[in-house]
Amino acid sequence: MVLINGKKEQAAGKTIAGIVEEYNYDIKTIAVELNEEIVSKCDYGKTILKEDDVVEVVSFVGGG
Amino acid sequence: MVSKEEFFEALIARHGKENQEKFLNATVAICGLGGLGSNIAICLARAGVGRLILIDFDKVDVTNLHRQQYRFNQVGMNKTDALKENLLEINPFIGIDCHTVKVDEANLAKLIKEADIVCEAFDKAECKAMLVNYVLENCRDKYILSSSGMAGFGSANEIRTKKLGEKFYLCGDGVSDVNDGIGLIASRVMVCAAHEAHILLRILMGEVTP
Repeated sequence: MVLINGKKEQAAGKTIAGIVEEYNYDIKTIAVELNEEIVSKCDYGKTILKEDDVVEVVSFVGGG
Repeated sequence: MVSKEEFFEALIARHGKENQEKFLNATVAICGLGGLGSNIAICLARAGVGRLILIDFDKVDVTNLHRQQYRFNQVGMNKTDALKENLLEINPFIGIDCHTVKVDEANLAKLIKEADIVCEAFDKAECKAMLVNYVLENCRDKYILSSSGMAGFGSANEIRTKKLGEKFYLCGDGVSDVNDGIGLIASRVMVCAAHEAHILLRILMGEVTP
């Protein structure tokens, strides 16, 4: 299991890019952390999730 | 006229000498001087943070006055210059650098170079994401504090501070998007700005829990 934004998901083996597509995130308005480390946008396609990984996708909304 | 000594004595009496020295030695970059940034800056000036780097390309508009820390007679001024004026009226001993420019990935490194902590206080989601990604990827020595979700009349109790990485904190309710047609209300935006300012002071004191 992989913890994505606090929810257990069957996501081991998927890439960050795959998760972004599956959940319909807008790549321009997100930041992705894997085990509390930022993942560079150019690494989304080659970062493969493993069992027990913790993923936080921060999807920013407007206003300030 | 109050002396500099009296001013800092009053701060030390409330914050403690050790904390006050930490606040005084800090340099903070505030990226965006709207409802978040102008209110964060006011909190930090009152707390006696030593130096602020104020960054915004925009001018004060009449539509800003309902939530941003500018005055009626400052409409038309650069936000950087207007905020500097207002901050110095509160704390004349604070150091302020103004940069009236639009932030992008090309100029960012230079703008925030001297900051210990960067406050993301932009309006647009794309700008928020760009700044947070940039600082986390390229400036690992700096803290980045950001806000997402503060629009509307929803409960102020939904605004929270979350710690998402060693040096990354996110404030807001995470969902209330100004683009959903809900306006920005001074009180709720100020709650979010106060969350950013408050975690900043806690970090300077060495308290890293949100």
